[in-house]
Amino acid sequence: MASITEKAMRVLFVFCGLAIILFLVGILYVLLSNSMPGLMELGFGPFFAADRWNPAAYGEPTYSLINMIYGTLMVTLGALIFAVPIGVAAAAYLAEIASPWERELFKPIVEVLAGVPSVVLGFFGLVVLAPLIARIFNLNSGLNAFNGAILVGIMALPIIITLAEDAITAVPKEYRHASLALGGTRWQTIWKTTIPAAFSGITAAAMLGMGRAIGETMIVLMVTGNMVARPDSFLDSVRTLSAGIAIDIGDVVFNSNHFHALFVAGLLLFLITFIVNLLADILIQRKPEANK
Amino acid sequence: MNLKRRLIVLGVFLVVAMMVVAGCGGSAEEQVDEPVEEAEEVEDTNGEDASPEAASFMLGGSDSEVNVVSRLAEEYMNDHPHVSIAVTGGGSGVGISSLIDGDIDVANSSRPMRDTEEDALRDNHGEEPYALRFAVDGVAVLVNDANSVEDLTLDQIGAIYRGEITNWSEVGGDDQEITLYGRQSTSGTYVFFMELVVQGEYSERKRNMAGTSDIVEAVIGDGGGIGYAAIGYADEDGVKSLDVAVDKSSEAYDPTVLENVTSGNYPLTRPLYQYIIGKPQGALLDYLLYEVSDEGQDIVLDEGFYPITEEDREFNKNALE
Repeated sequence: MASITEKAMRVLFVFCGLAIILFLVGILYVLLSNSMPGLMELGFGPFFAADRWNPAAYGEPTYSLINMIYGTLMVTLGALIFAVPIGVAAAAYLAEIASPWERELFKPIVEVLAGVPSVVLGFFGLVVLAPLIARIFNLNSGLNAFNGAILVGIMALPIIITLAEDAITAVPKEYRHASLALGGTRWQTIWKTTIPAAFSGITAAAMLGMGRAIGETMIVLMVTGNMVARPDSFLDSVRTLSAGIAIDIGDVVFNSNHFHALFVAGLLLFLITFIVNLLADILIQRKPEANK
Repeated sequence: MNLKRRLIVLGVFLVVAMMVVAGCGGSAEEQVDEPVEEAEEVEDTNGEDASPEAASFMLGGSDSEVNVVSRLAEEYMNDHPHVSIAVTGGGSGVGISSLIDGDIDVANSSRPMRDTEEDALRDNHGEEPYALRFAVDGVAVLVNDANSVEDLTLDQIGAIYRGEITNWSEVGGDDQEITLYGRQSTSGTYVFFMELVVQGEYSERKRNMAGTSDIVEAVIGDGGGIGYAAIGYADEDGVKSLDVAVDKSSEAYDPTVLENVTSGNYPLTRPLYQYIIGKPQGALLDYLLYEVSDEGQDIVLDEGFYPITEEDREFNKNALE
């Protein structure tokens, strides 16, 4: 009797595990099958031409994703420049410096931050941050890459803090003891010993934060202005791949070139996130060796 | 124990946060202005009898129309409690494709249906699309209140949106860079404006806003901004609508003055459409007749749009008689 339940449970769990794989394969299949007709008809060239995204044109439609790739990179890298130093410092504080009660206080706050819906952050950017940025930099409008980068950075912070803290905590005590015994100060121990020892884990934290940031849609849709031109600077408006898809997908005529072109953009986004997450995974796998 | 302490910390944090919010409260007066009613979906709404049998329709599409149609639907439902009407936005293109897919009963559209769309609808449903014009809309060109420019010609507005004019000083204003705001291609206003005014490609420096009220918000916050929106949206604090002339030799007309739009002197006007699959019958026909009745047209006017003309009534005969 017990063995039957045992077997049934086993089947159930295997099925659940397989379902995850099935979902991923299904998504990839839909992306590929819908983007292929576009790639066949237009070829790879038009998507990466020095042109612009203009599928609802007055004249000939053009489908270049280049400026949107720029936009995605600017917002993502900007977010990392903002979030990684703060995130790692906060993680080091939580893991190394904070007393137990301080940790008890701050960890739930980080969790609350992780739970803020992105549309709320976007609204904050629209109403509070945009006018502020416009005033500080003397711009017409504060809807730009800088605004998006800060907010996406805030959104990626909890992931970076949590994972970096795990990485720092995992550094063996002996490292710290050795550093202190050699006369290092606490600051020197953290900066020269603990953080370098946790480096691969911290990089993985940054990469997973990046994976989260690349695909973020609602915030960038609301606060970056969504201009299709190539941006001049961080203070210029940009459109990201994710926002570009979200803007057009509601309108697009089913099975048109425009429709397939959006799936090409989706496929590209999927591949970028996939590669970033894969690299992060490889780094996490390497961690134990580095520490031993 | 650990969990309990965490919950306490979380609770204290939330209480403090709420107190801070309450302290700063009072200044925030954001208003939700698009009441979207929930309504159960009933497939066959064109029932034969208009007796107090429950009927329910879904209307969707143009963002320019969503406020006025919601208001019409509410007033109608007050007198006809058995009828339930849900109105949603998203843009004319969204409305028409939802109608083709059979998700809604009436598509609100600020542009005529394209031939390809009519064909797709015939293919899907085996019935003809019928069109109704229920209001006239003027598209207002909006700038920030602080802008010294009062009027522009269609050519000038076109050149601004094509990116050929980039500074307000080139059209008689202050030395300030122009920021372009517009809609995404889902919008009927996007197409209307492109064909009538821009007559070419929109500048790639145009910012795309997700909805009409986003454009208004952006222009309120941007001293050098220019945007376009249905006239109903033009009387917000912080923006003003420009007077528009056909060309340099003709007079510029103010879109907020009723006669300018109804007489056709204001150049940026268009009829607002609703599309139905097959000839409307029963409760739906009753509602559409209400929209074009005197009472309905008063509401249209009250919402910042304009009553339909004799020509429009002639056009409507096909669907309503």
